[in-house]
Amino acid sequence: MSSLGELRSIAVNKRKGGRRTEEKYPDNKAAYLFLLPWFIGLLGLTIGPMIASLYLSFTDYNLLRPPEWSGLDNFTAMFGDARFWNSFRVTAVYVLVGVPIQLALALGLAMLLDKGMRGLSLYRSVFYLPSLLGGSVAIAILWRQVFGKEGLVNGALSWFGVDGPGWIGHPDYALGTLIVLNVWTFGSPMVIFLAGLRQIPEMFYEAAAIDGAGRFRQFLSITLPLLTPIVFFNLVLQIIFAFQAFTQAYVVSGGTGGPGDSTMFYTLLLYKEAFTELNMGYASAMAWFLVIVIAAFTAFNFWLSKYWVFYDD
Amino acid sequence: MTTETETLVRAETAPARRPGGTRRGGFRSVVKHAMLIALSLVMIYPLLWLLVSSFKPNSEIFRDLSIFTTDLTLENYANGWNDLQFPFGVFLLNSSVIAFGAIAGNLFSCSLAAYAFARLRFRGRNLMFAIMLGSIMLPFQVLLVPQFLIFKELGWLNTFLPLIAPKFLATEAFFVFLMVQFIRGLPREIFEAARIDGAGHLRSYLQITLPLIMPALAATAIFTFIWTWADFFGPLVYLRLPESWPVSVALKGFLDAQSTSDYGSMFAMSIVSLAPMFLIFVFGQRYLTKGIATTGIK
Repeated sequence: MSSLGELRSIAVNKRKGGRRTEEKYPDNKAAYLFLLPWFIGLLGLTIGPMIASLYLSFTDYNLLRPPEWSGLDNFTAMFGDARFWNSFRVTAVYVLVGVPIQLALALGLAMLLDKGMRGLSLYRSVFYLPSLLGGSVAIAILWRQVFGKEGLVNGALSWFGVDGPGWIGHPDYALGTLIVLNVWTFGSPMVIFLAGLRQIPEMFYEAAAIDGAGRFRQFLSITLPLLTPIVFFNLVLQIIFAFQAFTQAYVVSGGTGGPGDSTMFYTLLLYKEAFTELNMGYASAMAWFLVIVIAAFTAFNFWLSKYWVFYDD
Repeated sequence: MTTETETLVRAETAPARRPGGTRRGGFRSVVKHAMLIALSLVMIYPLLWLLVSSFKPNSEIFRDLSIFTTDLTLENYANGWNDLQFPFGVFLLNSSVIAFGAIAGNLFSCSLAAYAFARLRFRGRNLMFAIMLGSIMLPFQVLLVPQFLIFKELGWLNTFLPLIAPKFLATEAFFVFLMVQFIRGLPREIFEAARIDGAGHLRSYLQITLPLIMPALAATAIFTFIWTWADFFGPLVYLRLPESWPVSVALKGFLDAQSTSDYGSMFAMSIVSLAPMFLIFVFGQRYLTKGIATTGIK
């Protein structure tokens, strides 16, 4: 079961009131010792910093002087800043265009591959490799050349007599190259889909075949519904990760978010505000707005899941 | 409840064959393979091109974009190694220290926490487990500024500690989850038997759990290696001095310094930086695919 499925089942069991009050806890002491490192990390590096950054988001703080309470100033400045909204729009496009394409490709290929076919493991490796290397600086450097004026993409286009632009340096296309880079890493969701496909009991298909269901019918009535929890899981996590994309935009644009702020991702702007401009309070406000946006997206996804995700419990 | 790891292991040894899946019409199969091979080539071509270009003389790299050439040289590697302020070996060493520190931290702290969540009954377990899982989804940017301030106060800037020390506190929750899944898949009887023989939780953890969850530990080690090796953001924030740079930040240095258009050496060092990740991929693939299937991580 995925981490999301697990979370959901904890919530469901709570609702049913399934916990017995007379339950004993024989391992309290040992458990707290085993969990000590995690607990220190949780308090010191997660909950503590969350509270601190929430506080800082209401202050004016530049590292040099102590934080000064400024109420909602950071948020009003943020919401009135065209650059902030631009970075939000750029990131939203990246997420809303890139993630669905990436997942559709991953699902499609998982369907093609999961048949005990010849060369399966080789294909899987080839498709998976990019998602492993894709987050590295070396690949971002490579991408600058692939989509450069004299790069591979234009080399391929020239066979068809098309004289392509310098994609990386063009404000209309630069974001597109980053979306393609994200789509290129479809291998990891694909492997998750493959694992999901293999968990569907064989007897379902056998029974359906006996009842006279064809392959397409089997796909619609068995594969797809049983796969929906995994599609959902992939969707939620990939959206969360995509909102936080940083390295590729930073390196591909040479650290500028350019050309013309067209690849100024939300996290890039946040980084610049925090560590170049030293507007630590403003950066904290941006971070909290990101939390709220991601939480809203996730909640919306969970709400929507009632209508399309199939759980057999 | 069957855990995913368990089913996966089984699936791995006995791949499910759907009726009619193996003996399909020859033509359809040829078309399918043709499509898959074409897509594989498109996917992998940029990587091959990078590899071949790293051995080409600078003047040739963009003149001829094909990967078939006989005009190969090691010059780029020799130049690239010494192009930056320090020899590239320094950056490789830095990356290795960070990666192995992080691996040690994750193996230690995540396995401890996982044992507690999977094997022990204690007050607040469900709540803590939910918090742990929820933290996977928390965007780290919200912790960024305060963590930076903490590490600055500790005098840890320009050291590897901000990148290593947190791993000893099980901050990477997906590894905890990965191991929990694995431990839950182990037969209960083993633990019962150990308990009857008088083994406490420490022994049960050290002598039974750890040896049996080796595949999960391997997956954790491999993923930790690949992520820390590729990590750019952490070092960008915490390591400002060139002698402390890992390969990721050093490579970015090539991009900044690139007025001479020495693409060859930049490509050569890109290959050097990708090589360890690629080797790990080749030798650790088995654990990797199991790992992502369980936790849904990259």
